[in-house]
Amino acid sequence: MKDLLKATAIALAVSAAAFGSAAAQELKIGVAAEPYPPFSSPDASGKWVGWEIDFIDALCAEAKEKCVVTPVAWDGIIPALTSKKIDAIIGSMSITAEREKTIAFSDKYYNTPATVIGPKSEKFTATPEGLKGKILGVQVSTVSADYAKKYFAPVVSEIKEYQTQDEANQDLAAGRIDATQADLITLQAFLDSEQGKACCESKGNVKDDPEILGTGIGIGLRKEDTALKDKFNAAIKAVRANGTYDKISKKYFAFDIYGN
Amino acid sequence: MSEAQNPATYVAPKARSLFEPHRLFLMAVAAVLVFCVAWFMRWDWLPRYQERLIYGIGETLLMLFSTAIVGFLFAVPLGLVQVTGPKPLAWAASGFCTLIRGTPLLLQLWLLYYGLGSLFAQYPEIRSSFLWPYLRQAWPYGFAALMISFAAYEGEVMRGAFAGVPRGELEAARAYGMGPFTLFRRIWLPRAIHRALPTLTGETVLQLKSTPLVATVTVVDVYAIISRVRQETFLTYEPLLLLALIYLCLTGILVFAFRQLENRIPTRGA
Amino acid sequence: MDATLKLLSLWSPGWGGVLLTGLLHSLQVAFGGYLLGLLIGTGGAAGKLWGGPILRDLLEVYTTVVRGVPELVLILILYYAGTDAVNHLTALIGLPSVDISGLAAGIFVIGVVQGAYSTEVLRGAILSVPQGQLEAARAYGMSPLLSLRRITLPAMLPYALPGLSNLWMIATKDTALLAVVGFAELTLVTRQAAGTTKAYLTFFLAAGALYLAVTLLSNLLIGLLEKRARRGLVRQGGA
Repeated sequence: MKDLLKATAIALAVSAAAFGSAAAQELKIGVAAEPYPPFSSPDASGKWVGWEIDFIDALCAEAKEKCVVTPVAWDGIIPALTSKKIDAIIGSMSITAEREKTIAFSDKYYNTPATVIGPKSEKFTATPEGLKGKILGVQVSTVSADYAKKYFAPVVSEIKEYQTQDEANQDLAAGRIDATQADLITLQAFLDSEQGKACCESKGNVKDDPEILGTGIGIGLRKEDTALKDKFNAAIKAVRANGTYDKISKKYFAFDIYGN
Repeated sequence: MSEAQNPATYVAPKARSLFEPHRLFLMAVAAVLVFCVAWFMRWDWLPRYQERLIYGIGETLLMLFSTAIVGFLFAVPLGLVQVTGPKPLAWAASGFCTLIRGTPLLLQLWLLYYGLGSLFAQYPEIRSSFLWPYLRQAWPYGFAALMISFAAYEGEVMRGAFAGVPRGELEAARAYGMGPFTLFRRIWLPRAIHRALPTLTGETVLQLKSTPLVATVTVVDVYAIISRVRQETFLTYEPLLLLALIYLCLTGILVFAFRQLENRIPTRGA
Repeated sequence: MDATLKLLSLWSPGWGGVLLTGLLHSLQVAFGGYLLGLLIGTGGAAGKLWGGPILRDLLEVYTTVVRGVPELVLILILYYAGTDAVNHLTALIGLPSVDISGLAAGIFVIGVVQGAYSTEVLRGAILSVPQGQLEAARAYGMSPLLSLRRITLPAMLPYALPGLSNLWMIATKDTALLAVVGFAELTLVTRQAAGTTKAYLTFFLAAGALYLAVTLLSNLLIGLLEKRARRGLVRQGGA
């Protein structure tokens, strides 16, 4: 009985999808509603700008999809995807085994090691010994947060979780935390800013653990949307091959962020 | 129809028996719902977080009672100066109440934590002072925001309460030769608090419902613990349903406790 | 000072325009949510007063739950559950999944919360209409509907207004909570502006001024409205 219902529902949904696909369908691309420079942040006119926004444009043009950037609170971005508020997450989300239990990922589109920064006045390293007794700030639901909980939780005095990396940086500059761990590229952008230059410096990358830190940054997708996944994978390959990817990257970075 | 035109016959549902047929039916439906929720949703994470949840509830209650008590202590002078204080002081107090009641608590909290907090950090004198170990933590800001909010809302209530104490009682006290201070301590304040007591239940429940906001500035209360569960398990509804249930129980306990308290205080006259 | 003015200027690179757009979104949600709440409240009050026993109990559960659970939690649950439910429903009847805008979801969420409170306010107001007036209406031979329209509703208005205006204030402030689910209302755009420019105090104070302006303006309008609604009522002696 249940199966019959399910089958009818699927049949209806499929026919509806076939029917609806004639109309131009917009893909809603979820980005974090919190600023994550230089990847995505709103400018003074309220428009979202950054590497990832340019990347979305290039990718969607390549895939011939109409995309709209939809900001969603980061800590609810996976539920937003599974509850169909958005159709894909292009928000610097690392591909991890834990997340893959819930959602699917495209191939990686960039990769960056995790790093720790701290105030210039204190000398320490990005190791459990170096962070002993310190207050470490991380952004919630990030691989850095998971990493810090596994490796640093036993030694640090506290791990503080922030809604955005921006706030963690702010609190580092304000002296409320002693160090923060995040992706190298976003922290580098902070260190290059006026505020960052004044207060902080890199304490080095953390020891890699692919199981937690993931295997790169990928597009988050619903498990059942396999066609969309194939489309995006092809588009990533295409923008890499035709030079668009490098052109966008040059605007923001002095090095290749794709990794190897 | 007769009920429509005769509200006096309306009896609040609570006053009736719990075992009317329709109630039994509703309870059966509720039981089925609870069973479905327990059976079909994922609750295997619960034991792992049990300890932290209890800690979080404790933290929430601590935040609630400390801010309500200190806030009330501020509310008394806030209400009093609005009734008898010199004009400038009365204006300042009423302006303060309007300001706090007219802006969202979330904004006030962020203003304190991010705005004031980053301002503090710019002064080396503050950073090297003995207060800094406290000022660099998050809870003083959460405490301050909640306390100020409670003081402003309850200050407005106390203003009405002070103004509402019958003039005759005050005059009688004065006729007895009481000094202004004795009069305030023995007559005016107790009578005003007595009048404000019924609203205290509602204000405290509202305050409880405001406490989760402090989680947005990294204070770890029960809401923050549940947020962590959500992020670690990627579950949407189960943790939130549990959280709603926790708050509902806390509200229920609060209301019950206040009712007991009110019953113990004898009321005479109006 | 100059730098502050530049930051708040209405045109890019100033953030004033963004803040005002945020305020507009806040007001849209507050207004929509308030109206939806009134609608739910009217139905709820009627149901609580004149509905069957099951309906009454269900409404009691609704108002108790909403009043006992923090708005922030309700907003999170309704925000996800609301859109989820709509999508399941459309999938069941075979329609493609509909887009629910942040605005619609916000209005829905605020409306459901407001509905519980307005149910209580309206129920109380209807109950405080003096018995004699209703009996007089009946004696005049008015039908129940006519007496509702001509007597109960206008007579209850002065009793309901203080509660309802209070609810409007709560609605405008509750919209700030939508910042937590990423809806671009005033509080969230303020935080984004503050985060990008690092001028935290400037922007939070500016947003506070905007909220306060809304409150004071509303107070003014409500005062006029209450005066009008109280025409012909005996003034109750206050202290």
